Amino acid sequence: MIHPIPSGTRDVLPDEMAELRVITEALGEVFLDSGYGEVYTPALEYEAVLARAELAGARPTYRVFDEAGATLVLRSDMTVPIARVVATRYQTAPLPLRFCYQAHCYRGVRPQRGQPRELLQAGIELIGAPAPGGTAEALTVLCRALDAVGLRDYRVGVGDASFFPALMESVEVRPAQREGLIGALARRDFVELERLLAATGLPARARALLLDAPQRRGGAEVLARAPAGAAEALAGMRQVRDLLEEGVAARVIFDLGLIRNIGYYTGAVFEVYDPALGVPIGGGGRYDDLLGRFGRALPAVGFAIGVDRLHIALTGEERGTGALAR
Amino acid sequence: MSTVADGLTIAVPRGALFAETLELLGRLGLDTGELRTNDRKLLFQELGVITMRPSDVPTYVEAGAADLGITGKDVLLEQAHSGTDGARTVYELLDLGYGRCTMVLATAAGEDPAAEALRRLGVVRVATKYPRLAARYFDDTGRQAEIVEVKGSVELAPLTGLAEAIVDLTATGTTLQENNLVVREEIVQCSARLIANPVAHKLKAAAVDELLERVRAV
Repeated sequence: MIHPIPSGTRDVLPDEMAELRVITEALGEVFLDSGYGEVYTPALEYEAVLARAELAGARPTYRVFDEAGATLVLRSDMTVPIARVVATRYQTAPLPLRFCYQAHCYRGVRPQRGQPRELLQAGIELIGAPAPGGTAEALTVLCRALDAVGLRDYRVGVGDASFFPALMESVEVRPAQREGLIGALARRDFVELERLLAATGLPARARALLLDAPQRRGGAEVLARAPAGAAEALAGMRQVRDLLEEGVAARVIFDLGLIRNIGYYTGAVFEVYDPALGVPIGGGGRYDDLLGRFGRALPAVGFAIGVDRLHIALTGEERGTGALAR
Repeated sequence: MSTVADGLTIAVPRGALFAETLELLGRLGLDTGELRTNDRKLLFQELGVITMRPSDVPTYVEAGAADLGITGKDVLLEQAHSGTDGARTVYELLDLGYGRCTMVLATAAGEDPAAEALRRLGVVRVATKYPRLAARYFDDTGRQAEIVEVKGSVELAPLTGLAEAIVDLTATGTTLQENNLVVREEIVQCSARLIANPVAHKLKAAAVDELLERVRAV
C-alpha cells in the first residue's frame, strides 16, 4: 500500500538522517561553544501573539482552533517565538541574552514549486547587543558554524535594510511613491524600478542614484565608493566590517540592494550563498524594533540556516555538481 | 571559441525571441553559427548557452541551472505568483527592448460580447494561454471571470463559443483582425528581459555587471 504525505513534507530515512545529524551536531556545538543556550518553544502558538511581528513574506499559514475557540498557528520562524520568550520570561535578566535553536518551522507553499511546508532551521538570536558589535558577533558565529560543517565556498551577503529608504529620503522621493519603489527592489525587478523612477519626476541624477546604488555589491570597495545619502547605513556597514576578523571579512559580500522579505528587519541584513545551490542557504539580520512589540524594547540580531539546503549544498560541493559550480 | 561572458551560462529562448536574441549575442561577439544551424542541440557548453522554450527559462534560472536568461515579460508575469508575500526568485535586470508586444483583452468585433456577458450573466468566460495573469487582471479590475486555459490558437475560442473574450499577446494585431477580433483593453506592454539567478548575481557579480555593461552598450 502507498500512503501519501502532503507535498512539501518528507520522511527522513536512516542514511539521510545520519548525514543531517552530523550537520546539526556540528552547528549545535559551535552555537553552544559561542555561549548560546539552546531553547525550544512550542510549534503551536496563539495567532494573536505571533501577529505582533511583521512577518510579511513568512507569515504563519496553518491555523487551527483550540477547544476554547482561540486561533492557534504553526510557527513560521523561531525569531518571533524567541522574542516572545524574552519579553515573557527574561523581563529583568542581564544582557545580552544568547539563545540558539534547532527547530522545525512551517510555511505555506506555492503548488508545483518543490517548496517545503516544514523546514528545519538552525540559528541563533543575540538579544540586547546593539550594532555594530552584536552584528559582527552574529556574522562570526555564522561563519564558524558553516566552517564547522565543512562548507567550503560559501559567501555571506551583507546589506542594510535602512539603506534604500535613507537613499530615497536623501533625494526627497515623495512618500506616496516610496512603497512602489521599495517593492520593485524587493522583487529585484530593476526594469520596473527604472520605470517607476522615470514616473517620479525626480531629476535624472537622483533617478540614476536610486537605480544604480542598490545594484552595487562586492568587497569593501563597494562601501568605499558608495554614494552619499545613506550615510548612517553605510557607516554602520563599515563599522561592522572593521570589527570582523579576517577570515569572516573574506567571506562577506557587501550588497547595497539586499532586502529580505521578512518585515521585522531594521538594520544589517544577511544572506548565505554557496555556488552549489541556486537559492540562499540561510539569512538573518538586525531586528531592533521587534522585541519592543512584545514589551521589552531591546536591540537584537540573529540568523537561521536552512539545514536541508545546507545539506544539499554540502553534497553539491562534495560531488562538484552544484547548480552554479560549472 | 569564446563564451557570452566569462564563467556564465545563459538560458536562451527558442521561438519568437530566438532570432533577435541570437542577433544580440552576435553583437556581443559570440559566434552564433552553430546555434543558428543546429536546432536539435540544446546545450552549447563551449558557448555558455542553453536553449529551451521561453516559459522554461525562469525555471532554469531560478534553480541556478543557468546564471542568466532571456525571456518575455509575459512569461515572467504569468509565472510571478500573486499576492504580496515574498519576492520573485529571479532578478529582472534589463529590458532588452526587442520582442515588443502587448497583452490585450480582445473580443469579437461589433457589440462587445464580454460586456454583455458581464451585464447579463455576471461573469465572462476568457480563453487564454496566460491563466494566472488573466485571473489577476480580472480580480484587479473587480470583474468576475471564468478563465479557460488553452494551449494553442486562442483566437479560435470566441469564434466557436468556447469563450466570450481572450487574453493574449499581440504584436501587430494582424492575427486578431484576421479572426474578426478587436482589442478592447490593453493590459500590459511586454518585451524581452534579461533575468538572473539571485545567487549568481552575488557570487558572479563582476561577470554579470560586465555583461550588463556590454548589453547596454550594443
